[in-house]
Amino acid sequence: MTQLALVIDLNVCVGCHACVTNCKEWNTSGPAGPMVDQNPYGKDPTGTFFNRVQTFEVGEFPNTETVHFPKSCLHCEDPPCVPVCPTGASYKRKEDGIVLVDYDKCIGCKYCSWACPYGVREFDEQQKVMKKCTLCVDRIYDPKMTEEERRPACVRACPTSARLFGDIHDPESEVSHAIREAGGYQLMAEWGTNPANHYLPRRKTKLRIRVDEIERADNPLKIDSQLPKPDTGAPALDDVTSW
Amino acid sequence: MHPAFSVIFLTTLIGVGQGLFLALFTAQSYAGFGLLHEQSSGFYALGSLLSLAFLGAGLVASFFHLGRPERAWRSATQWRTSWLSREVIVLPAFMGTVALYGLFHWLGWRPVLLTLPTGLPVDPTAILGVAGTVLAFALFVCTGMIYACLRFLREWHTPLTVINYTLFGGASGFTLAAGYAAVAGSDLAGFFAGWAMILTGLALVGRVASLIRNARLKPKSSLQSAIGVKHPKIVQKTQGSMGGSFNTREFFHGKSKTFLRAVKWLFLVCVFPVPLLLLAAGFTDGAGLPLLVAFGVQYLGLIAERWFFFAQANHPQNLYYQSIA
Ligand code: SF4
Ligand code: SF4
Repeated sequence: MTQLALVIDLNVCVGCHACVTNCKEWNTSGPAGPMVDQNPYGKDPTGTFFNRVQTFEVGEFPNTETVHFPKSCLHCEDPPCVPVCPTGASYKRKEDGIVLVDYDKCIGCKYCSWACPYGVREFDEQQKVMKKCTLCVDRIYDPKMTEEERRPACVRACPTSARLFGDIHDPESEVSHAIREAGGYQLMAEWGTNPANHYLPRRKTKLRIRVDEIERADNPLKIDSQLPKPDTGAPALDDVTSW
Repeated sequence: MHPAFSVIFLTTLIGVGQGLFLALFTAQSYAGFGLLHEQSSGFYALGSLLSLAFLGAGLVASFFHLGRPERAWRSATQWRTSWLSREVIVLPAFMGTVALYGLFHWLGWRPVLLTLPTGLPVDPTAILGVAGTVLAFALFVCTGMIYACLRFLREWHTPLTVINYTLFGGASGFTLAAGYAAVAGSDLAGFFAGWAMILTGLALVGRVASLIRNARLKPKSSLQSAIGVKHPKIVQKTQGSMGGSFNTREFFHGKSKTFLRAVKWLFLVCVFPVPLLLLAAGFTDGAGLPLLVAFGVQYLGLIAERWFFFAQANHPQNLYYQSIA
C-alpha cells in the first residue's frame, strides 16, 4: 500500500513562503480553484490557503532560535476528519493515501474542520465548500509532465529543498530514508491520527572533542613527549627533519 | 470554538420539541394506565403541532449553518460513520412521527388494535407514541454525540454531553408543556410542572458536573507537541496570514474571560433557579403566566448555556494560531 506524504525539514526551511505562493498559484488555477481572497489589498486581507508557513521563536533572549514551520494537511493514516463527514465528500484514497474533499458533494457544514486537530482545513468563503491540500493530485499523475515536474507545486518551489515528497510505506524511498536517518517525527502524535507527513528536527553539527585528543603525541603541544616536556615553542620533529 | 447561532438555535429548539412530545406522550401513557384523566384529542393534536413548530424552526436554523444548503440531502448518506448524518436522518423521521401522532389524535382515529395481556388497549397513537419516544431519545443521542465524539475537543468528549442535551431538552419541553396545559385549560399543568422541576434539577446536577470536569481538564497538546520542538519556552511570531483566516474565525470566540464568566452565571441563573421558582408557583395553582414565563426564561438561559458550551471548548488547532502577523 502506498502512502504519499511530504517530509519537511525544519533544519533547512528559511521561511521564504515560496511553497505557499506556488501552492496557491497552482491550485487556484486548477480544479480546486479559484482560491479566492477577500480584501487582498484592504485592511484585513484573508483568503483560502492549503499551505501556510508560520514562525516560532524558541528560547529566551539572547539564546533564541527562529523556527519556520510550514503547515498543510498531513494526510493522516487514521484521519479523524473523514468518518465525521455526513456527505462522503471527505475521503481517503485507498491507492495512495491522499485525503481529498469532493467539492461537488461538500455541503460546507465545517464539521470536518472541527475534527482535524491541526487546523489545516479551510472553508472557502466564495465557493462555500471545505478546502485543503490535495498533495497536487492533479500534477503528480499527469502523463503530460516530466518525471521531475510530477511533484507537488510546493516541493518544486522550495529553494532549499526543505520539502521531500514520496511514499513513506516504501522503506527505500527518499522520504523513508529521511524519516529513519534524520529523526523524522509526527505532529501531535498523542491523538493517534498517525499523520503521513513527517517533520525533520533542527539539527546542529557539533564536534565533540576531548582535550587529550587535541594534545596528541604528533602535534605541537607534545603532551606525550619525553619528560621534562619541551616547551611548546621548541622545534618539533617536523621542524627539524627534512624527509 | 466560535459559537454559531444557527447551531445554538438548532440544538435548543429541537430539544424543546423533543421534550414537549415526550411530555404529551407521558401524559397519554399515564391516562392509559388510568393514573390521569384522558385529555381531549385537540389537546394532543395542538401540542404535537407546537412540538412540530419547534422542530421545524430548529431544522430551518440548521440550514443557515451550511455553505451549500441546496445539497443538504447528501448529508443523509454517511450514517454508518457520521453522527451528523445520523441526526439528519432521525430528525425528519421524528418529525414525521410527531405529525402522524398529532394527526391521529386530531382525527380521533384510535381504534383498539390489540389488547395487552394486562388488559391494556393499544391504539395507533400509542404505537406512534412509543415510536416517537424511541426516536426522540435517538435524536438526543445523535445531537449529543456530534459533539461528544470529537476526542480533541475534550470539554465535549464525555457522556455528560449526551446526558445534558437529553436533560435540557426534557426540562425545557416539560416546562413548555406545563405552560401549554395551563393555557389550554387542561388539568395537567401541575403534572407537567412537577416533572419539569425534576428534570431541571437533574439537568442542574449534570451541568454542574460537566462544569467541574471541564475546569479540571489539563490540555493534552502543547506548543511543544504541536511543532515538535522540545523547549519550555516557545512563542509564536507569525501564523501565515496578516488579517486572520478561517482558522482564527471558526475556532475562537473572541470574547474576554469576564464575558465568558458572565454568560456562565447568566445561564446558571436563568436555566435553573428562576424557572424552578416559577414552576413551583405554577405547580400549586396551575396558573398559566408563571409557567409560560418559566419557559421563556429557561429558553433564553439555554441559548446562553449553548453559547457557553461552544465557547468553552478549546480546540488544539488554536495552538497554531496564537499571534496574527
Ligand atoms: S491533517 Fe487534518 S485534514 Fe489532514 S488528514 Fe489529518 S485530520 Fe484530516
Ligand atoms: S464541510 Fe464538506 S467535507 Fe467537511 S464534513 Fe461538511 S460536507 Fe464533509
